[in-house]
Amino acid sequence: MSAQDVLVLAETRGDALADVTFELLAAGRELARTTGGQVLAVLLGPGGAAYAPALAAADRIIAVDDPRLAEYSPEPFASALREVVEAEQPRAALIAATSIGWDVAPLLAARLDAPLATGCQAIRPDGDGLMATASFCGGKMTAECRVAASPAILMMLPGSYRPTGETGKGELEQRSPAAPLEPGAIAFEQWIYPEAGDVDITQQDVLVAVGRGIQQQDNVELAEELAQALGGAVCASRPVVDQGWLPATRQVGKSGMTVKPKLYLALGVSGAPEHQEGMKDAELIIAVNTDPKAPIFDVAHYGAEVDVLDLMPALGEAIAARKG
Amino acid sequence: MNIVVVVRQVPDLIEPLEIVPSGDALDLDAASFILNESDDHALEQALLLKESGGGSVTVVAIDFGDVDNTLYTAAAKGADRIVKIACDGDTPPAARDSAAVYAEAIKPLRAELVLVGVQAHDELDGGLSPFLAAALELPYVGVIRGVKAGDAPGTVAACKEFPGAVMARMNVKLPAVLGILGADQPPRYVPVSRIRGAMKTTQFEESAATLAAGELLLSVSRLYPPAPATRAEMLSGSEEEIAGRIAEILAEKGLVK
Repeated sequence: MSAQDVLVLAETRGDALADVTFELLAAGRELARTTGGQVLAVLLGPGGAAYAPALAAADRIIAVDDPRLAEYSPEPFASALREVVEAEQPRAALIAATSIGWDVAPLLAARLDAPLATGCQAIRPDGDGLMATASFCGGKMTAECRVAASPAILMMLPGSYRPTGETGKGELEQRSPAAPLEPGAIAFEQWIYPEAGDVDITQQDVLVAVGRGIQQQDNVELAEELAQALGGAVCASRPVVDQGWLPATRQVGKSGMTVKPKLYLALGVSGAPEHQEGMKDAELIIAVNTDPKAPIFDVAHYGAEVDVLDLMPALGEAIAARKG
Repeated sequence: MNIVVVVRQVPDLIEPLEIVPSGDALDLDAASFILNESDDHALEQALLLKESGGGSVTVVAIDFGDVDNTLYTAAAKGADRIVKIACDGDTPPAARDSAAVYAEAIKPLRAELVLVGVQAHDELDGGLSPFLAAALELPYVGVIRGVKAGDAPGTVAACKEFPGAVMARMNVKLPAVLGILGADQPPRYVPVSRIRGAMKTTQFEESAATLAAGELLLSVSRLYPPAPATRAEMLSGSEEEIAGRIAEILAEKGLVK
């Protein structure tokens, strides 16, 4: 236990550690190198010890088990994490900006009266505090934020750090909460999986993505025609799914699917960090948007600053001409 | 069900964002404001719950930006009460401080369910919704896409979104605060004529809650537009010329056969 330690909340997805956990461990190692502390990985839930070998980047792996942690619900998770943070008193707690992170990080900050910074992409020591580089305004603005107090609760944007092969001591500690966790007023009931039958966009070589720039539902058909001409499928950013124009199974990004197609044609997609998280590793990204400052152009290989509604018919014709 | 919805104004990202000369804040005088998107969904979810199960919807907002237009629109959509909190300064408080004032305004309303957008794009110390839950000493769950009446009285069933279009159905005993990502259906359209009608008939209630800055836990030292590590090669020309070039690139990559 040291005030220079960096704590990382490890998350699982299915039967494996979530990719973002390895990114957080890389961030933790980099920060701990400069603070002189250790990296602590915290796993909440049964069977946490089984993940210990994969968490070798940490110096200490704290696996907390309690029946209330078998499935996610906010109160037991926030309480268990609070107990660890209070016991360890780290300089910073790194929590991913995930569905769980968006619950527990602010709840932890509120209960500990600790500072919280969201959208963090980089962190470094700054005197006795920390400096966080954070993205906000949909990725259109970056802020340098000074976090004065410890522990700093930092919500890290997935994709900000690249996992490294660096390892720590990897010592496993299994714990139970000091007192059985209270269930809280919000309880997990069941998982709801997407209905089978829709296109699996994660398996497509070609994706035509539509964003807010598509303007109305009728225009999705134009994108469908393009996708058909290219032998692919249509997917979408969150606003399009929120409007009910395409099902959630077609959503790309943080709360949707992660895709790596050969072609990602982004039409009227602004490219907020949450969307980039799901598509930035596509082999070829071509983005079309009227906003020259749209963040999608930062990850695209080719871009065009035109209205998608004007471009789509022309592109359809150009592709048809190529096909003869 | 007595439902309270918090709505916030955020800079419209369609317009260019400007930074004040000191370099540490957005120039809000140069910004235009719109309703925070997930708050719009929170309002829609509240209206859907009211329509299916009865009750009332009270909308609470800090008086900032173009909030009156947002509030009249909320009334035209079906909100029963509108409560405004005075904002003396030029800048609305950060999420954490605003949670305290929203809590002060909401406590007397005796809400069974408080719905707030899970995120606002201008928050650096967010989100408001869990901090509000903490200030109200109510349970919280966020990233919710859809809420229905629960199987038991005094409960709701909320769907929490996880990656891969997977949802977790959560049983929520009321009272509680939920951070809404999306409503069960898209926010409804309301004709301008109804908004004009609401402007004539709606009375805003003024909350006695007052804004007070809390301890400064996070300070912004510098703002700047992100410098991309790489930038797309931009294609120029007419739509036809750009389309032709894209088709050519796709053909070169073997993606058009």
